[in-house]
Amino acid sequence: MKYLTEFRNGEIARTIAREIHQVTTQPWKIMEVCGGQTHSIIKNGIDQMLPAGIEMVHGPGCPVCVTPLELIDKALAIAERPGVIFCSFGDMLRVPGTDSDLFQVKGGGGDVRVVYSPLDAVELAVKNPDKQVVFFGVGFETTAPANAMSVHLAKRRGLTNFSVLVSHVLVPPAIAAIMSSPGNQVQGFLAAGHVCSVMGYWEYPPIAEKFHVPIVVTGFEPLDLLDGIRRTVIQLEAGQHEVENAYGRVVTFDGNRPARKLLSEVFEVTDRAWRGIGVIPKSGWRLNADHREFDAELRFEITGIHTQESPLCHSGDVLRGAIKPAQCPAFGKECTPRHPLGATMVSSEGACAAYYNYGRFLSAEQLAGAGKAMSEAAHA
Amino acid sequence: MCLAIPGKVEAISSDGLIRMGRVNFGGVVKNVCLDYVPEVEVGDYTIVHVGFALSKIDEATAQQTLADFRAMGVLDEELASEEEAFARAAQRPQSNCPDGSCEN
Repeated sequence: MKYLTEFRNGEIARTIAREIHQVTTQPWKIMEVCGGQTHSIIKNGIDQMLPAGIEMVHGPGCPVCVTPLELIDKALAIAERPGVIFCSFGDMLRVPGTDSDLFQVKGGGGDVRVVYSPLDAVELAVKNPDKQVVFFGVGFETTAPANAMSVHLAKRRGLTNFSVLVSHVLVPPAIAAIMSSPGNQVQGFLAAGHVCSVMGYWEYPPIAEKFHVPIVVTGFEPLDLLDGIRRTVIQLEAGQHEVENAYGRVVTFDGNRPARKLLSEVFEVTDRAWRGIGVIPKSGWRLNADHREFDAELRFEITGIHTQESPLCHSGDVLRGAIKPAQCPAFGKECTPRHPLGATMVSSEGACAAYYNYGRFLSAEQLAGAGKAMSEAAHA
Repeated sequence: MCLAIPGKVEAISSDGLIRMGRVNFGGVVKNVCLDYVPEVEVGDYTIVHVGFALSKIDEATAQQTLADFRAMGVLDEELASEEEAFARAAQRPQSNCPDGSCEN
């Protein structure tokens, strides 16, 4: 049964890839803005199935990677404090601050806990009234409903020992910023499927209209990605710039209404600094005035941090899609998953980690050459 | 990661403040908040991100997606327990590669 499913998937994948090859008459650059999609594309070799002219540009889809180094250093400083229980998701443990990471802080005696859900952190606060429990709330819109509910619950329970270090970033402003940046070459976007399961996709038509760019809501599985790319290419070839939903089994236009309602009650939009990119206006969420008492940055006044980015690290260029990880001079040399220089190599959603782990040491020219050979075979 | 994982709701309870479900993700069971999917009942399938159900889905979609995510090797990381997460971080100093292929 499993074999039949995989066989069937392989057949469908080849059919979609063949169709993409047949409709493509000129080069196109398409960006995905979701670390999960980046990894799926690289791991499943989706980009290698595409015609030579179609280039997948990896956008800043890794919320950990775009969290400013200063905030990570603040997190580490809070985690080191006695009387604090610092909670985060597992993928934050090895993200490097200037000097250390959460795993090392734990080794040095800090009380660092990995949680599956921010509700687990709320429970820890209830069970440890003599401690300050801090949750590191990093993520896109997909994670925000969980954090909103946690703060909402903490407020309803009257907890005074729970707070959240918030690093929420939003996808649509990032897409607009990329399209507005000088020298931008991106011509189409895959919108992140699970972000859209929360927010819907009503935010995209104005962006598609303003920048004349097709945007296709896409999932994460190989067939979903191929389908999303196929629809984007068909639009580009036809000179269209519509918003399409290729992930209808999960995503609706309005998204999840109860989640959006609570988000609007707990968070407010703010300008945010994206590491390696700079400040993008109105691109993040922070706790609003009614809930600011739960903001860990305000509760813990951290001073004396000396943040230092590695001069060798080109994470910013990778996050903007300006270079591929393999084009970074430090890739595979000074910077590997074992000795990472920046978050894009450490984070499980980072493009550099994806490239390294799935063997993408080929240069852009070599990749283009491989794609060209496939294209010729497809049309033969 | 930003992935929401499909699971089957096996039981539902409420303490007056929050509606929680016991959800089975192809063998791994977690407690999940169902407040964002009031239409989901026992026996239904839903996609879950960091302990919160976000959308109801049909069974065929759930099974296919679970199989795809398992094949992609993302289930282990998404559903890891605290011990597993620390063990993962300990085994590979200064490394966080999701599929263990970095042998440096």
